Amino acid sequence: MPTLWLVLIVVALGGIGFVLGRGRALASAGGDNRKLHSLPSYYGSNVAMKTIMPAMGVLVLWLIVQPFFVDATVSKLLPDAAQSEDTTLGLVMSDVRRVADGLDFAVAEGLLSPDEAQALDASSDNVRETLGAAGVALGSDVSAEVLNAAQRYRVLSATGRLFMSALVLVAALGGCAWGVKNSHMDYRARNVVEAGIEALLVTAASLAILTTFGIVLSLIFNTIEFFQRYPASEFFFSLVWSPSFGGGSELGLLPLLWGTLYISVIALLVAVPIGLFAAIYLSEYAGPKVRGVAKPLLEVLAGIPTIVYGLFALLTVGPLLMSVFGREGLGWMQAGTAVMTAGLVMGIMLIPFVSSLSDDIINAVPQAMRDGSYGLGATQSETIRQVVLPAALPGIVGAILLAASRAIGETMIVVLGAGAAARLSMNPFDAMTTVTAKIVSQLTGDADFSSPEALVAFALGMSLFVITLGLNVFALYIVRKYREQYE
Amino acid sequence: MYDAPNSERDVEVKDIKITAQGVQVYYGDTHAIKDVSVDIEDKTVTAFIGPSGCGKSTFLRCLNRMNDTIDIARVEGNILLDGEDIYDKRVDPVQLRAKVGMVFQKPNPFPKSIYDNVAYGPRIHGMAKNKADLDEIVERALKRGAIWNEVKDRLHAPGTGLSGGQQQRLCIARAVATEPEVLLMDEPCSALDPIATAQVEELIDELRRDYSVVIVTHSMQQAARVSQKTAFFHLGNLVEFGVTDKIFTNPTDPRTEAYITGRIG
Repeated sequence: MPTLWLVLIVVALGGIGFVLGRGRALASAGGDNRKLHSLPSYYGSNVAMKTIMPAMGVLVLWLIVQPFFVDATVSKLLPDAAQSEDTTLGLVMSDVRRVADGLDFAVAEGLLSPDEAQALDASSDNVRETLGAAGVALGSDVSAEVLNAAQRYRVLSATGRLFMSALVLVAALGGCAWGVKNSHMDYRARNVVEAGIEALLVTAASLAILTTFGIVLSLIFNTIEFFQRYPASEFFFSLVWSPSFGGGSELGLLPLLWGTLYISVIALLVAVPIGLFAAIYLSEYAGPKVRGVAKPLLEVLAGIPTIVYGLFALLTVGPLLMSVFGREGLGWMQAGTAVMTAGLVMGIMLIPFVSSLSDDIINAVPQAMRDGSYGLGATQSETIRQVVLPAALPGIVGAILLAASRAIGETMIVVLGAGAAARLSMNPFDAMTTVTAKIVSQLTGDADFSSPEALVAFALGMSLFVITLGLNVFALYIVRKYREQYE
Repeated sequence: MYDAPNSERDVEVKDIKITAQGVQVYYGDTHAIKDVSVDIEDKTVTAFIGPSGCGKSTFLRCLNRMNDTIDIARVEGNILLDGEDIYDKRVDPVQLRAKVGMVFQKPNPFPKSIYDNVAYGPRIHGMAKNKADLDEIVERALKRGAIWNEVKDRLHAPGTGLSGGQQQRLCIARAVATEPEVLLMDEPCSALDPIATAQVEELIDELRRDYSVVIVTHSMQQAARVSQKTAFFHLGNLVEFGVTDKIFTNPTDPRTEAYITGRIG
């Protein structure tokens, strides 16, 4: 039974349960709403919840566990001989899965009957041709072991799915019956539904957190693998970045880190003053009409995809800087792609971050502070400089640090605006590159995934993650530490 | 009925500090103050009383043009400080507020040290020649605010760390430090406990020696305790204005009597 049908059946059972539970509870009170502990719809929801939630839980768990179980069973069937020297168990297993999928597909298309699919024999039938006719292309001829394993794989999967369907339906029916049985006028359905809603919310929150852990873990494992193939001291302290996929690369983090920080600093030098002044104008000086128009317009900047900023850097800002600092001008700049180009454009991208956050923070400073200052005969700018900004400072610092971690993680603007050369240079008109841009270039193309040249991407990602995490934690610390004082 | 520590009130006529003639205030379409005329004397505590929303705070804020910071507020009529119209185009509201200081309902110390809170006004108005001068101004203001003894050992601790009553006295000291001629107080004790209230009231009575003090209060007992003149506002009108003792013992207007005996408000 396809999973979608199973889900629809469970939901339909839930709907039936809702009606049954509601009706039974009302009947137990003799049709009088007021005698019920909860509103009638709560009894219905209680039954629907008990029908759907456990069944869905079983379904999800089974779908996650079954592939592992089938893989483990099938891989035992494969003799060691099936693994030639240049392949691994994982590669053979993916062959098995592909053949099994191909057989499934052929059966679904009607090219093979289910019995024929199971009876195929690698020595007599040409499996590759049969599957090719069904539109499933295989890279090489199918060996007897792989075909056997694939057939076994199909049997196990089919049995598993059958059991799963049965179990899910039993869970749904059982939950439904349990809920309906409980639907009595004294039953506290309202409280049970409340608990069910809490469980739903907890699930959502833990999914988000678990995903974060998963991402970090995958980074960590690959980083460890990289350091087994490439010395950590070289990675952290070498001043040269020259990967070559033939081997003998030098993979030093420092030139990339330098490029990242240089570009981020220029971006912040652009974004912080402009963003902050814009925020002060909008929150303190602008009238409601101007504010109503200007604030959304400024925030439009935040909605522009960064690739568009990249194009802006490549096509507009780069040539513009070239005409001033290039060969015709001051002669400091070799090409349009440079740290300055990327930094300026990234700064423009960050303006709405800084201004929007700072604006909220400045608005949160109590009016009583401003009144106190005006009441002493201070002007507006004196009030802002000496009272409002100091009170808002922790929040503003937090906003700036958030913008900084955004700048450090930015990729597309750098790819298009800063060039691709990893170098250590003080000249802001030189092309440089950043950690993120190099992660992209190391993982695109057909790199061998077990070579240090590809694995370095994970080590780079991990370094970046640690840096931005540190910045975010620092930002939170600053905001928390000073917030208490000013309230 | 009312305890009146200043019963030997001097009722002889003093100089008029502020004269208001036919003042009207509008908030958008709302007519908040209707044709109010009042004379506020120098070196006197004048109390504004009345039920909530009667316009007493609004009128107080007209006296140092704090209503200018509210976009929709519009003020008509004349308000003269020492005979000069404060709503004249040539008058700089910033300068005016240095002369007419203000203390607010909720203590609002700046997120700075106690010293910097008090030195704020003198600094922006360039009142001190040097550091020693500024130290002296701060000390004098804190002494006048009756808080010097409590904070002299921790002048550089944040002002927000003081208790509510101390914060309000710090705010009074901060207002006094700019040497204003008039001190406006908008319900200065409404956020304070009885002991802190008593301290602030005592302070107000002392401030009367140097300044003209105008205080808005919800507490009729407080008005009777600290003021020499009382103005009763009702629905945006000035109902009655006169010597405090007379207002409280023998009011002429029936609405005043109704209010002070607790029948309206």
